[in-house]
Amino acid sequence: MKPSRFNYYAVDSIDAAISLIAQQGEDARFLAGGQSLVPMMNFRVAAPTALIDLNGVPELSNVRIDNDGALHIGAMARTRQLETDPEIAEANPLIAVAAAYVAHTQIRNRGTIGGSLAHADPAAELPGIALVCDAEIHLRGLSGARVIEAAKFFDGVFTTALADGELIEKLYFPPWPEQRCWAFQEISRREGDFALVGIAAWFDMDASGAISDCRLAAIGAGDTPLLLDSPAQTLTGSVPSDALFEKAAETVAGDIAPFDDIHASADYRREVAAVLVARTLKTAWERRR
Amino acid sequence: MSDRHNISLNVNGADYSCEIDARMTLADCLREKLDLTGTHLGCEHGVCGACTVLADGDAVRSCLMFAVQAQCMEITTVEGLANNGDLSPLQEAFRDNHALQCGFCTPGMLTTAEAFLRENPSPTRAETESAISGNLCRCTGYISVVDAILDAADRRRDAGSE
Repeated sequence: MKPSRFNYYAVDSIDAAISLIAQQGEDARFLAGGQSLVPMMNFRVAAPTALIDLNGVPELSNVRIDNDGALHIGAMARTRQLETDPEIAEANPLIAVAAAYVAHTQIRNRGTIGGSLAHADPAAELPGIALVCDAEIHLRGLSGARVIEAAKFFDGVFTTALADGELIEKLYFPPWPEQRCWAFQEISRREGDFALVGIAAWFDMDASGAISDCRLAAIGAGDTPLLLDSPAQTLTGSVPSDALFEKAAETVAGDIAPFDDIHASADYRREVAAVLVARTLKTAWERRR
Repeated sequence: MSDRHNISLNVNGADYSCEIDARMTLADCLREKLDLTGTHLGCEHGVCGACTVLADGDAVRSCLMFAVQAQCMEITTVEGLANNGDLSPLQEAFRDNHALQCGFCTPGMLTTAEAFLRENPSPTRAETESAISGNLCRCTGYISVVDAILDAADRRRDAGSE
């Protein structure tokens, strides 16, 4: 057995989970899909003294779509469900496409959207999608409920705005206009590996054919998923073209802060980010209806 | 204490009971408590795929689940794929296509492919390659594994249409 000893508790409600973790002290952890936490425990990088298992909490798995198209995804929704559920793809196609890039099927069958956000790996797909979609993250703790926008949730590598004993209840994705142009692309060494860099983008058009609103985000390009403001400024108000997309891509270097690791250098990641911005925008534009 | 648990597991259609540490992974429990040593452990951090089992029909890493979490699930291991000692069409296709050499990855390949073919009975080659992207094999170069899974898809369709 590789993990160190811990006490295990299965709970069936959010209230039970947050009151139990408060009793168990600061080294207790919630267990979601376990696809990041358990590897860390097997390496003993993490050694929680207690695990509060959320897998038996039905209210955390709810997926609901409002009449206006807004999408509510419970924190314990599995990545595989995000990838394959036609209703989710209808409400927000970007989520489904990006979810398919998360690791492998066996991991996606267990891993959850809430777990991915709480873990906050800077190269993970779903945090980047929450950011680019301007999702609201609904949190619950002993002191009550609060809502935080994705742009304020990620503090650093593996670090979030979650307070001790707080859990993610659900994500709220705003309504997705039917005409929106969108795409997600990433480069990884092999299928299922963490992205060296990934780019998610969407833009809306006004009646004159110019881009009226847009948002881009990068993963694997800094300590957290990052919003790309400079390309967004370049795009806004202009008419889409390959030349415009190339111009937007040239501005991305100032918005990212990639690092060197064994997989790629920071310089290489900067280059890939620019290439992917142009490629993602082209793909989004080709997808217009 | 809550670090020891008496659990009941349903594995390959049979019921088992055992006393385990909370920290015992499903993979270790299968091998050490239930003596189902067909499930192999390679990396033990979710990368190699050797420990893949089916949990309620879904392929999962048994090194990334704790045994105590598997109590309400129906678990299928590689031992559960054969029928009364007769190899399944998938297993026969692996044998006939030389889809294994040392055999270490094979239990994970088989369980992964079983779940994949149930969901996608007529896969393309590219879909098949993607399906086993989370299973490492250092002997075969994967080509014979992909051949075997595609062959198994044909055999299963033939068997189903008889």
